[in-house]
Amino acid sequence: MDVMKKVPVREQDPKVRAHNFDEVCLGYNKEEAMEEASRCLNCKNAQCVTACPVSIDIPGFISKVKEGDFEEAGYVIGKSSALPAICGRVCPQETQCEGKCIRGIKGEAVSIGKLERFVADYGRERGIKPKKSEVSNGRKVAVIGSGPSGLTCAGDLAKMGYDVTIFEALHEPGGVLVYGIPEFRLPKDDVVKKEIENVQSLGVKIETNVVIGKSVTIDELMDKEGYEAVYIGSGAGLPMFMGIPGETASGVYSANEYLTRSNLMKAFRDDYDTPINPGNKVVVVGGGNVAMDAARTALRLGAGDVHIVYRRSEEELPARAEEVHHAKEEGIIFDLLTNPTEILTDENGWVCGMKCIRMELGEPDESGRRSPVVIPGSEFTIDVDTVIMSLGTSPNPLISSTTEGLETNRRKCIVASEEDGKTSKPGVFAGGDAVTGAATVILAMGAGKAAAKGIDEYLRNK
Amino acid sequence: MYKILKACNLASNIFLMDVEAERVAKACEPGQFVIVKIDEKGERIPLTICDYDREKGTVTIVVQTVGASTTRMQNLKAGDSFRDFVGPLGKPSELVNEDIDELKKKKILFVGGGLGTAPVYPQVKWLHKRGIDADVIVGAKTRDLVILEDEMKEVAGNLYITTDDGSYQRKGMVTEVIKDLTSAGNKYDLCVAIGPMIMMKFVCILTKELGIPTVVSMNPIMVDGTGMCGACRLIVGDEVKFACVDGPEFDGHLVDFDQAMKRQNLYKTEEGRAMLKEQEGEHNGCHEKSTC
Ligand SMILES: Cc1cc2nc3c(=O)[nH]c(=O)nc-3n(C[C@H](O)[C@H](O)[C@H](O)COP(=O)(O)OP(=O)(O)OC[C@H]3O[C@@H](n4cnc5c(N)ncnc54)[C@H](O)[C@@H]3O)c2cc1C
Ligand SMILES: Cc1cc2nc3c(=O)[nH]c(=O)nc-3n(C[C@H](O)[C@H](O)[C@H](O)COP(=O)(O)OP(=O)(O)OC[C@H]3O[C@@H](n4cnc5c(N)ncnc54)[C@H](O)[C@@H]3O)c2cc1C
Ligand code: SF4
Ligand code: SF4
Ligand code: FES
Repeated sequence: MDVMKKVPVREQDPKVRAHNFDEVCLGYNKEEAMEEASRCLNCKNAQCVTACPVSIDIPGFISKVKEGDFEEAGYVIGKSSALPAICGRVCPQETQCEGKCIRGIKGEAVSIGKLERFVADYGRERGIKPKKSEVSNGRKVAVIGSGPSGLTCAGDLAKMGYDVTIFEALHEPGGVLVYGIPEFRLPKDDVVKKEIENVQSLGVKIETNVVIGKSVTIDELMDKEGYEAVYIGSGAGLPMFMGIPGETASGVYSANEYLTRSNLMKAFRDDYDTPINPGNKVVVVGGGNVAMDAARTALRLGAGDVHIVYRRSEEELPARAEEVHHAKEEGIIFDLLTNPTEILTDENGWVCGMKCIRMELGEPDESGRRSPVVIPGSEFTIDVDTVIMSLGTSPNPLISSTTEGLETNRRKCIVASEEDGKTSKPGVFAGGDAVTGAATVILAMGAGKAAAKGIDEYLRNK
Repeated sequence: MYKILKACNLASNIFLMDVEAERVAKACEPGQFVIVKIDEKGERIPLTICDYDREKGTVTIVVQTVGASTTRMQNLKAGDSFRDFVGPLGKPSELVNEDIDELKKKKILFVGGGLGTAPVYPQVKWLHKRGIDADVIVGAKTRDLVILEDEMKEVAGNLYITTDDGSYQRKGMVTEVIKDLTSAGNKYDLCVAIGPMIMMKFVCILTKELGIPTVVSMNPIMVDGTGMCGACRLIVGDEVKFACVDGPEFDGHLVDFDQAMKRQNLYKTEEGRAMLKEQEGEHNGCHEKSTC
């Protein structure tokens, strides 16, 4: 074994997986996990831990894996994270924990994410539940949104003895974990549902089909329903469009719509009612993780060919390297330095083409990024019948516009302290994408954790 | 689960249900809608709130069967339940937020086409409760598709009913009634028109000529109903709007109906398309008594 290298993880063959919704990455087995764990140096002053937003005791759990005590490893992780099987799968580990691993200096970092996933899967498959708080203090806290941020905040508060209810607008809890990230990266029934059940087993109640700001307001929750504090973890769900002609044509979707139909509404399965038109020639506009997910979903739904159109070059693609790599392996075609200018429609209002223009990279701007500039006269038309816009999302104003005294910034994000989640409104805390704009699962969880502490402190002193 | 307390047919393909949904009943206002999901595998079906009882905690919906999901819904009986029932969604009608004394000075005309009569009803009722009697035009293809007539009579000022085939009361389209009323000297400060898109489009062309500000209620395809998917986008004026959060009611003189009608066909099943055609065009006249 080469200690400089990660133990490779088994994956589904790209040719096969491009046509199914089963998980791409198959994960480690016991032997592989123990072998990978043996690469960890059990550092005294472990830098990996400082780079994990929820401060998992990484050397602690890995040394248990090394010994083959997977159950105990699970409890070590459980002290810091309620959603390890999810994080192990979707965290951008290369820029978080693994980015700081000492092994990474000379060789490859320890596969912390894959080990975390293995431990979490081991526990889940054997029905091991997290440990519940013994004492309840009976004080009510409301959490808005059941994404990773809300779930983490709720779980931590429940462990401290609070009576927590999560209010979720959709019919299924999980936030982006259920409606956005596809099944083939994050299985819904086997992984997401089970980890949410774990949070519920801590005593957290989840009320679905409640849109805060519409069904009931934050002020009503606090004044009439007896909630002493509120955590807003409502995410950044509002999709952006380009504002080019033809964008409301039939056959143009936001990535959110396309992914929601497939993931939340399970349109990829015949036995669910919600329809989806996979499209034949599909173009996804954008270069982030969401764009990769939309493109790979289209492929699996049976689209003929799928292109990613992105206005900068490969180097600037905001998606994780692993996702870009997987997408290419599966046959997604990348049209880089290309920008759409108009969507063309036929007489029935359906997409029948897209006008684009070529771009080149100009001088670096203040942020150091080289911004794309149009090459004059380089217009051309792509043959396409389905366009998926994946240009990013921003926080939904439903809550901020119905809650008096809640400060937001220019980008419609709720203003909240990074330290404890406090907002401008007493008793109201916030975190996750609703505060930062679209970010990552683990940062949203970190914010939920910090706010749980902040809420506890606030209520103790109240 | 959300229990169905009452279920009955208003016409052969239109049914009414009272559903237990306390939070919605407490918070809703005229003009808003709910999204209903029958069971785990069902889709999210947007439906306008047609009435509500805050004390009993119930919401009334009136539904036309047009395709798979609405047909499946019609098979449910009192005592059955919906898995999901979320709302109220969208903005309330502007009327609700207007100054009552200002409203009292206005002459308002409501136009309900076919099923659109149902969402018109709570608005007329809301005004009636505040001492304002609005004129109401109800249009339907044929006699059996005239719904909520008695209920409407109780809350409307003048009620004008018209049928396309002349099988009941006046013969002709709702636009002809508007023309007659205005030529007879009636002046209206506001028109609220709800019905098939094609009807709303023609009402708007007419009221624009007549200089009557007009509000319409749009029903594009939706998924979440909270502003997350963008499926419901419409062109209003020069802007793209999300019907579920910016609407569903809009200034009818600014709505691009042609675009909206094209988008509505997006997911239509064959049966749905056929029904839509029938709804918008000819009716083949079936006769079934109301069971309500
Ligand atoms: C397609 C896609 C792929 C991604 N891939 C990755 C990845 O690989 N790795 C990674 O780390 N991150 C990824 N992300 C980003 C990550 O999912 C988000 O940063 C994270 O989910 C944010 O968590 P959150 O709890 O703040 O919000 P969300 O997960 O957005 O959850 C918010 C919840 O609040 C609910 N809500 C909103 N408004 C209301 C209201 N008024 N009342 C009640 N409920 C409300 C919403 O319905 C939702 O369920 C991806 C995102 C997308 C869209
Ligand atoms: C804000 C709003 C309020 C509405 N209020 C009412 C109401 O009070 N009573 C009523 O009967 N109907 C109402 N509708 C329309 C109703 O939602 C559709 O008739 C229903 O979704 C059709 O489903 P289906 O499966 O039976 O038809 P199918 O034709 O089989 O539907 C196939 C697909 O098209 C979509 N779809 C088809 N027609 C429509 C439509 N007109 N609007 C939205 N999606 C559509 C469905 O979601 C489904 O995905 C409303 C729609 C909206 C958006
Ligand atoms: S939660 Fe994410 S950042 Fe933390 S250890 Fe796990 S994979 Fe790394
Ligand atoms: S930095 Fe790397 S080697 Fe050190 S404890 Fe963390 S995972 Fe192990
Ligand atoms: S229905 Fe999804 S944004 Fe309006």
